[in-house]
Amino acid sequence: MIKARRARNRIAQTTAFWLFRFATYAILAAATYIFLDIGIKGSRTLFTTQAPFINVPFFTQGPQTLFVFDYEGKKYTLSDREFRAWKAEHPVEVEATSVAYSAGGVWPCIVGTGLLVIGSMVFALAVGICSAIYLNEYSQNTRSIRLIRIAILNLAGVPSIVFGLFGFGLFVIFFHWNVSLLAGWFTLGLMILPAIITASEESLRAVPNGLREGSLALGATKWQTIRKNVLPYAVPGILTSSILGIGRVAGETAPIMFTAAYALRDEMPWQVQHWTDFVFQGVMALPYHIYVVSSKIPQNEYTERMQYGAACILLLLVFAIALASIVLRERTRKSLSW
Amino acid sequence: MVVMEKEQIPHPAPPLELQKPPEPEPRQPVMIRVEDVDFCYGAHQVLFDVNLEIPPRAVTAFIGPSGCGKTTLLRCFNRMNDLIDGARISAGSVRLEGRDIHAPEVDVVDLRRRVGMVFQKSNPFPKSIYENVAYGLRVLGVNKKARLNEAVEKSLRASALWDEVKDRLDTSAYGLSGGQQQRLCIARALAVEPEVILMDEPCSALDPIATAKVEELIYQLRENFTIVIVTHNMQQAGRCSNYTAFFYLGRLIEFGATSKIFSNPSERRTEDYITGRFG
Repeated sequence: MIKARRARNRIAQTTAFWLFRFATYAILAAATYIFLDIGIKGSRTLFTTQAPFINVPFFTQGPQTLFVFDYEGKKYTLSDREFRAWKAEHPVEVEATSVAYSAGGVWPCIVGTGLLVIGSMVFALAVGICSAIYLNEYSQNTRSIRLIRIAILNLAGVPSIVFGLFGFGLFVIFFHWNVSLLAGWFTLGLMILPAIITASEESLRAVPNGLREGSLALGATKWQTIRKNVLPYAVPGILTSSILGIGRVAGETAPIMFTAAYALRDEMPWQVQHWTDFVFQGVMALPYHIYVVSSKIPQNEYTERMQYGAACILLLLVFAIALASIVLRERTRKSLSW
Repeated sequence: MVVMEKEQIPHPAPPLELQKPPEPEPRQPVMIRVEDVDFCYGAHQVLFDVNLEIPPRAVTAFIGPSGCGKTTLLRCFNRMNDLIDGARISAGSVRLEGRDIHAPEVDVVDLRRRVGMVFQKSNPFPKSIYENVAYGLRVLGVNKKARLNEAVEKSLRASALWDEVKDRLDTSAYGLSGGQQQRLCIARALAVEPEVILMDEPCSALDPIATAKVEELIYQLRENFTIVIVTHNMQQAGRCSNYTAFFYLGRLIEFGATSKIFSNPSERRTEDYITGRFG
């Protein structure tokens, strides 16, 4: 009797153990496959076999149309610029197939994504930290504050495309900002605001209450206490958890496709007539570029290069940001302890 | 009992007989007057009709079992309870030198400058030793280096910490030992020159030697400050206080000169508690 029960228990235990183990390793396998696929195919674009081993034009040029043609038995694949130069040398008619966006590089997309990230993070951090301070330090636990907390939680669950449409309706149409950096900043900023508020509140809550009481008991005002004795110790935590928000801002397509992103733009963002135009210009952005090259143009063997190249760069960018956040967190952990 | 404790711990304070104050005279000055105070956390009442007169320039100890409201009453004196949701004095008043501390014209920031506090868990700020002591003055708007230096040295000397830390004022306060941290917190409170210092079980986390140092400090500070100390350690109350208030279940049972409370209490419950029969 007892033996049979023991055996049953052991089988149940082993089964559960293998189930959990399988689930865990399945995640690892999926992640490995995705990263390897993008990494291998992307590195064909990012790197070359000859010195300097890095595909410099890919990092420094804008996207161009690719021209493919046969001439004197030789197959040419040339970017728009190279093709015109070739034509100047060879004044002959050739029948070339053109593939949009599949030559050149992604430099304007990197710049645009960078601008979008910086602006939206500044906006989200400013508003997010302020509201977190209010919620955690000033507000009492009243009905309206509970309502606000529920609203923040719900806002975190709103799909990004809804934020995109909201930004389009409010900033682009109603405020007449058109497709612009400004509209993108606010749309992306609003999207990650709930995450920033939650992260900031957690960091503020991690500051021991003894520091607040100690400061207040010395005759400091509430604001002095927060400014001198709470916020400085919460800021590292706020920043590190916000860096994870950067990854999201850098990678989201839906919020910017109606508000800030152009499929193609020849000028770089700093080539504006007047400095006030700077915030009212649309930019190219990496995630939107990936979307365009993988779904908006006819697919053939020449389009893969740009798709995987752009995806790989975006992944590397997000990786770098996550790594920076980990390093930063470890450093601040060492310097701050109570 | 007190004598027994003396054998266990070498204690620098003079023997109990020497620090005994004169018996309270009928018309002596009052620093803090507690009048008919009821106190509630939400719907839960924790203090019932407390009346107490805390004399200036003396050490008053609050004793009693856990949860009897000693700390709550202590935190009323500098309105630290304002920070707790739903906590309020539901009846009566607390007067500091005759003025109701809850009167609308009283600024709570000024009140806390006059009534400093040392907490149960030492809470030095994650700053240098110097900045910890200078903090109270800095929030007051004092930024002159000379004045800060002077105040920091004076406070650290007054809290008997100067000789131990004078060579490392710029290092983190977290590098100090537990007892030193608590004395630093006392120095920090002294720096803003309060009139009253509230101490909420300042030695509960310290070893006997550090406790002895803090007690000696309390004994010395008595000459210039009004000190109210909450303690669970009866020997401590006997050693370093002039007056003792015994609380039980939210009521003040007995208040009087420490010598009287400990040798000849008029209430049966006080005697039972002090002799360890309950609590």
